[in-house]
This record gives sequence, C-alpha cells and structure tokens, in this order.
Amino acid sequence: MSIISVNNLTKKFKTLTAVDGVSFSVNEGEVFGFLGPNGAGKTTTINILCTLHLPTGGEASIAGYDCVKRPDEVRSSIGLIFQDTTLDTGLTAYENLKFHAYLYNLDRKLTEKRIDEMLSVVELTNRKHDLIKNFSGGMKRRLEIARGLLHYPRVLFLDEPTLGLDPQTRNTIWDFITTLRKQEKITVFMTTHYMEEAENCDRIAIMDHGKIIALDTPENLKRLVHGDTIHLVTEDNEKACAEIAKTFDILCHAENGGLFIETEKGEEFIPRLIHSLSIQVKSVNLRKPTLNDVFLKLTGRTIRDDVLSDDKEVTREFVRSHRRAQR
Amino acid sequence: MIQFRPIYVICLREFKKFFREKSRLLGTLARPVLWLFVVGNGMNSLIRPQVGFSYLQFIFPGMIGMTILFSSIFSSISIVWDREFGFMKEMLVAPISRVSIVIGKAISGTFISVAQAVIIMVLIPFLGIHLTVLQFIEVVLVSILVSFCITSLGILIAARLTSFDGFNIIMNFLVMPMLFLSGAMYPVTSLPTALRYLTHVNPLTYGIDAFKHVLLRNSAPPLGPEFPLAVDLLVVTILAFIMIILAALSFRQKE
Ligand SMILES: Nc1ncnc2c1ncn2[C@@H]1O[C@H](COP(=O)(O)OP(=O)(O)OP(=O)(O)O)[C@@H](O)[C@H]1O
Ligand SMILES: [Mg+2]
Repeated sequence: MSIISVNNLTKKFKTLTAVDGVSFSVNEGEVFGFLGPNGAGKTTTINILCTLHLPTGGEASIAGYDCVKRPDEVRSSIGLIFQDTTLDTGLTAYENLKFHAYLYNLDRKLTEKRIDEMLSVVELTNRKHDLIKNFSGGMKRRLEIARGLLHYPRVLFLDEPTLGLDPQTRNTIWDFITTLRKQEKITVFMTTHYMEEAENCDRIAIMDHGKIIALDTPENLKRLVHGDTIHLVTEDNEKACAEIAKTFDILCHAENGGLFIETEKGEEFIPRLIHSLSIQVKSVNLRKPTLNDVFLKLTGRTIRDDVLSDDKEVTREFVRSHRRAQR
Repeated sequence: MIQFRPIYVICLREFKKFFREKSRLLGTLARPVLWLFVVGNGMNSLIRPQVGFSYLQFIFPGMIGMTILFSSIFSSISIVWDREFGFMKEMLVAPISRVSIVIGKAISGTFISVAQAVIIMVLIPFLGIHLTVLQFIEVVLVSILVSFCITSLGILIAARLTSFDGFNIIMNFLVMPMLFLSGAMYPVTSLPTALRYLTHVNPLTYGIDAFKHVLLRNSAPPLGPEFPLAVDLLVVTILAFIMIILAALSFRQKE
C-alpha cells in the first residue's frame, strides 16, 4: 500500500524549474530518503507535499488525500521537521508542545500524558520548563521530533534532520528516529546530503537538478558501481595514469586534482600499485562503494566537495608510514 | 472556518511573550510618558490655556491613541518575526484555517493594546485630570474598537512584508504620518486642505476624536472633538471590518 504517491510533479519559480516532473510512491511503514546536492529540489518537493506550496503541475497525495484539494486532511496526517528550526525560542519546551497539541486539536485529556511521553522519549523531561533560547542545536532538533510526532501522524517528514549537528549528536538523533519508528509505526520521508545517513533508508531517490535520476534500495544502488574506489594523488597525475594503464590494464579518470581507480579488493591492490609507480605518491585513499560513488557515476560530480575530508587523517597517516617504509 | 482552540492558543502565546519581554512593554509606555511629561510640560508654558484646560490635558486623548497605534502595529508586525524565525510554518502546516490565525493575532493584539491604554490612564492623577468610572469604561470600550481596527491594518501590512527592511518604511511612511495627521498633538483644523483631506482618511483621527468626546467632553473645535461621536464610532467599526476581512484574504494567498 503506498501512503505517498507523486505523479509528474513540477514546480516552477519564475524561470527556474525547481522540481521537474518527479514521480514516485512511498509504501506504508517505509523509511524513504531523498538524497541530492544543494538546490536539487528536495525541500521544494516537501513543501508541496506538506501543502505550503502549490505545484505548477502534476499531482501528489498523502494517505489518499490530494495535497491541493484536501489540504486539511493532509496536514492532520503528517508531522514535519523542517530544515530550519521552527520552534518559538521565547517559549518553553512544554509551551511549544502544548501550542502544537491545540493546533492539532489533540484530545484534551490525552495532551498532558502525550507531552510527557514524547519528552521522555527524546530525553528532555528535565528541561520541560526551560526556554528554548537556552537549548543546544541537538536539543532543539530532538524537541522538534517530539513535536512532529505529538499528534500521531501517519507520515513524518524530516528535512535534513541532522544538518549542522556534530557526528555524535547525529547518531543520537538517528537512534531516536529508529526507536520512534518502531514504536509509532509510521512512515518516514527524509532528505539529506549525508551519504552515511541515506544508508539507513529502505529506499533512496537520488535527486539532481529537480529530477529523480535513480530510485532503489541502497544495496541495489551500490551495485551500479563495481568494486572499490582508490583515490590517488601524485606529483604527476597524467603520467601516473598512463603507467597504471600500462602495468595493470585499468582505466582511471581524473577528478578534483586526483585519480579515481575502480578495482576489486582495493586493500590488496594499493601496495602493488604504489610499488609499481615511478612517480612520487602524495596521498592514497581507499573507499568501499558508497552512495557518493553512485552519485558520481550517475552525474559525473561528487555530491559534496569536502566528501573526502573525513578520511584525510587516515590518508596522511598511510602516506607517512609508506615513506618511512621506503627509506 | 473559525476554530476556537487554535485562536485561544495563539492568543495565549502572544500574552505569555508580551509579559515575558519587559523591554517591549517599557518601550511602548515610555513614548507617551516622554511626550506627556517632557514635551507636554514644555508646551504648557508656551501656550496659554484658552478654554480652561492645559496642553497636557489636550494631548491626553492623543497619547492614548498613540499608545494604541504603536502597540497594535508592533503586535501585528510579530507576524514578520514569526515568518523570519520559521514559527509561522508551524502554524501554516497545521490543520487550521488561515482566518483562525488572523483572528488569533487580531484578538491578542487588541487585548495587549487595551492593556497598555489602561496603564497609561494610571498617569491621569498626575496631570490634574478628573475621570469618572463611566468615563474610564467608555475609554476602554473605544480602545477595544480602535485597537482592533489598527491591529487588523497592521496584519494586512505584515502579510505583505517579506522582510524586516520593510518595517522601517512602514514606520516612517505610514505610522508616523498617521500619528501626526490624527489630531493627537495639535488641532488639525488649521492644516492646509491637502493635509486636511489626509486626516479624514486616517482611521486614527476618528479614534482619537472619540477619545476627545469622552475626555474633553465640553469643549468645541479646534481643541475639542471635530465629528459627532456616532460618526467616529461608525467609521472605526466599518474600517475594522474592512481591515480584518482584507487581512484574512491577504493571508490566504499562497505560492
Ligand atoms: N521560494 C522560492 N522562490 C524562488 N526560488 C526558490 C524558492 N524556493 C526554492 N527556490 C529554488 O529552487 C531550487 C531548489 O531549492 P530547494 O530548497 O528545494 O533545494 P534543496 O534540494 O532542498 O537544497 P538544500 O540541500 O540546499 O536544502 C533552488 O535553486 C532554489 O534557489
Ligand atoms: Mg533543502
């Protein structure tokens, strides 16, 4: 049973087409992810689904209700966590939740119990009567998740739920989402440009320039890329590329001032590769296939320029120890 | 169409925030106090009382009008804040009508303005004005009407403002002229015809005229009220209705 269905959805802002004929459907109980670079049209799609924007063309419906014709029913069926915080910082956590309960006409007797329940799930019970002003970014996010679920929505939308949070807080947020999902039996629709996060989804739609360019499970998507990827930076990349082609009969392509080489069993290939090269190696980096490689394969670009930054430390260490070994 | 629980909770939020932000209360009250005690006293010695009351007493109805004007515009401009800081989205994606949001904002803005008008009346004993209980009640009733009208006007403007940059323009080109062309500080009867015309399309003129009926009952123009009380009340009421309907309509448009 599909709970969200979108057919040929289009949104134009003057001359710019932010969403360009997008079609997909999300099954009940699924975690569905939208992955794409800045400006891909992820937020715009969510804005149409949650009735904030009118589409220029196409249809969208949630829980069987048309997003244009039956906005009130759609709104009651969904919970939202927007990209930018939408809490009132001048109110307390409790007041923000109570405001929400009244807007969604939650049963009066149930309200207090539900507020306490949700606060304890996101571990904010002891901050119940504190002003949001004094909350950290991670606490605000957790409270927004609690608020988004307060009225028992059937679909929870999360637009970049962990943007700007440190990795540890990111993990905590994900733990909450996973727990809550089991507990509340809801469908989750989320957007992200963190690859690691997208791996948590049941299915992923990769979006670029307003279009969906691939839609499948993370495993199937990764099958699009064969084997491991080695990222190599040398004193003379062009020459290195020629040498590699000659010695190993592998094609490599240049990108971002380095070489990408696709191979099986990369960890065993690297020592052989470096020994064979006559050119000084500056850095080498091995990556198991990720969704970023899928994105690179499909679009010819990396999703974020700094995507390798997490591994930089490891790479430097590798090069250092390799040089030591050479001496 | 009109949902009472959302309206109630929108009002509750505004009241809570109003009483929490002491600086806002101080700001709106400081202005009339400054006028009354500093400018008012200065002018008092310059202008000889002609008809048995002082300049201070003359501008008192205007000061109530001024308090309501600034307070109401401020309350409704909170919509721009809400939009800027994202909270407006929380309301816009909730299963409530846009009309409920507008009415919630209008009612809360009205109450906050009336509360401040009442606080200003506490100054009365210091100005040598005597007020009966009936007059006090009449001032409160007129305040409700005027506050509702101006808050609705503010919402209508705020619905169209996309950023804070517009706020200064509104202050300089709408709010200040409304104040100066309302008869709050000086009699407007002697103004050139073009400006006279502007005073007649200014809702605040009729509001302040109604206050003059209550507070300067027995004086004639140019210092006393200009129009009959019935005209004042009718104009303010009709304008209030037009403003709130326009405000609700402008809120319903979406991209
Ligand atoms: N209200 C608007 N008016 C005009 N253009 C807009 C508006 N909202 C979005 N856009 C444009 O539409 C395109 C898609 O924006 P959108 O916010 O959907 O991207 P996104 O995928 O959410 O990106 P990000 O990862 O940065 O959040 C962008 O080029 C953006 O500039
Ligand atoms: Mg976005």
